[in-house]
Amino acid sequence: MAVLVDQKTKLIVQGLTGREGMFHAEQCIKYGTQVVGGVTPGKGGTSVDVAGKAVPIFNTVADAVQQTGANTSVIFVPPPFAADAIMEAAAAGISLVICITEGIPVNDMVKVKEFLKSTPTTRLIGPNCPGVISPDLAKIGIMPGHIHKKGPVGVVSRSGTLTYEAVDQLTQRGIGQSTCIGIGGDPVNGTNFIDCLTLFEADPETKAIVMIGEIGGSAEEEAALFAKANVSKPIVCFIAGQTAPPGKRMGHAGAIISGGHGTASEKMAALKAAGIHVVESPAVIGETVAKVMA
Amino acid sequence: MKIHEYQAKALFRQFDIPVPNGDVAFTAKEAVGIAQKLSSTAWVVKAQIHAGGRGKGGGVRVVKTIEDVEKAANDILGMQLVTHQTGPEGKKVKSVLVEEASAIARELYISIILDRAKSQPVVMASQAGGMDIEEVAAKTPEKIIKEYIHPTLGMQAFQARKIAYALDIPAAGMKEAVRLITNLYKLYETMDCSLLEINPLVVTEDNRVFALDGKVNFDDNAQYRHPDVAGMRDTDEEDPLEVEASKYSLNYIKLDGTVACMVNGAGLAMATMDIIKLYGASPANFLDVGGSASPEALENAFRILLSDPNVEVVFINIFGGILRCDLLADGVVKAASKLDMKLPLVIRMKGTNVAEGKAILSGSGLKYAVAETMEEAAKAVVAAIKQPVASS
Repeated sequence: MAVLVDQKTKLIVQGLTGREGMFHAEQCIKYGTQVVGGVTPGKGGTSVDVAGKAVPIFNTVADAVQQTGANTSVIFVPPPFAADAIMEAAAAGISLVICITEGIPVNDMVKVKEFLKSTPTTRLIGPNCPGVISPDLAKIGIMPGHIHKKGPVGVVSRSGTLTYEAVDQLTQRGIGQSTCIGIGGDPVNGTNFIDCLTLFEADPETKAIVMIGEIGGSAEEEAALFAKANVSKPIVCFIAGQTAPPGKRMGHAGAIISGGHGTASEKMAALKAAGIHVVESPAVIGETVAKVMA
Repeated sequence: MKIHEYQAKALFRQFDIPVPNGDVAFTAKEAVGIAQKLSSTAWVVKAQIHAGGRGKGGGVRVVKTIEDVEKAANDILGMQLVTHQTGPEGKKVKSVLVEEASAIARELYISIILDRAKSQPVVMASQAGGMDIEEVAAKTPEKIIKEYIHPTLGMQAFQARKIAYALDIPAAGMKEAVRLITNLYKLYETMDCSLLEINPLVVTEDNRVFALDGKVNFDDNAQYRHPDVAGMRDTDEEDPLEVEASKYSLNYIKLDGTVACMVNGAGLAMATMDIIKLYGASPANFLDVGGSASPEALENAFRILLSDPNVEVVFINIFGGILRCDLLADGVVKAASKLDMKLPLVIRMKGTNVAEGKAILSGSGLKYAVAETMEEAAKAVVAAIKQPVASS
């Protein structure tokens, strides 16, 4: 059993006919994901050939849901239209919306979060994230599928390539993953660490959890408090940005240290206090998981 | 993106947020001209740099004669102003704001920022305005009031009144204060600000309320809908290498160590800096080349890294996902030969097309150390440095 996505997931791609959408949809199909349609306003009724499969295109998400029974959507549309795409998917009854798009204005996401209160059955992952993969079952996103291996570790991360690094360390040691969730690095996002810890705690297949945080915000501190009271499975955690100078912006909009809050040392102290295995070096994530699972 | 105080105040005027009369001057002569036009008996001359704490650093002067306006402008223009936010090297002052001085009765504080945990904008206000608001927040948080704004309905009239009453605005200035607070939120929302701050917001002896200072930062992601904002950017306030990198959409931040880093992804880039420090060296920069870097972008990235004179070793750490290792290797080989790179190079590549990438590197004649893991790479980097920096 995996969380969020598996072989039964019926996926539509919003922005399928764009360059990014096309490339990654092909990779997802090759991995075994069921891609049942694409949405591009104005191109409804046509179909495109993706990885040898004719994928129908719809004008609206509502049409796509009605005709394909899709329950999950992945979004590759450009930043100015991405917030709208998320709300369209939620309004059409999609239960899992994964937004890969990077660079959505914060004010747009603030409004999206408010909108999503009216569609409580929809879960948003991202934006600005690599997506979700349940090894051997389904890959929805931009991560390289071949580094993953099916197994007992749940991975949740605010970062993209650093997640691949952690996954690779696990796989190299023969330790597989149940599901890997990239929650994204933006200041306002959908699913957070606590949501993912809840999913992994409830999943019988997941035996240990890797959590990768970053400087900025207080999501890691909140997750630490939650984990102490609610998570029985061992958690290994790395926080990126221990050496980032205060006040400098390190790429992700989320990675901002302000007013002395959200520093790596504060986060690491809070996580340690909650009994979480915090590693200082990004090179020993796999090794530490092996130890706590032994 | 940050802008100068005089630009912030121009925006304030546009949004009907009262500010003192005044204008920006780039020469002492211009400063005198502005002062003469203002019917005032005293003037304030303020250095325009993108950093706070200007008063303490000697960048703000109150003067009572036109001659002293000229003298103050002469002194401040061209000075290397050092404040707690500029770093020890300070920032060169290129312009001054000349304003009429006001008879200030009280100094207050107000700001608008996103509360990430609540995903909502929040207005913060305090009667304890002035220079040390961070200290107020740390020591006496009860002196700062917070009012959360509805994400779609925006600020309501009662909220503006609530803030004004909490600031103990006198009855005669109440209407003006409520309008100012309401318009401030309009500005925040309309212009996609990431920070709006007035410190101090002043009440004068004759009960007028206005913004004596102004700080406005913009959400870079929203710049596509504000082409006018881009015109306010002052690249002289930024690091020259960072400005150069921004031309190629490279995410580069200059730091003060000796290990140049080229990485894909912000999280991995930060983790790379962390492991360098952990093994006793110090990163010269943060550089995220992104997921789809072209050979041209990679070459420019390499050139920018090497133009930092502090660099003693170059460390390339790539986890190929979208960015294929063979394309990266190709870009690196081309750049290194074109730039005649003499510095030691440590390369660690993983992921998509790594075998092809390694073949390109080994056939290139380029000298480099190759590492399998981040740990090995960090050790190789430290070994390559002549004098390792002590770990802190």
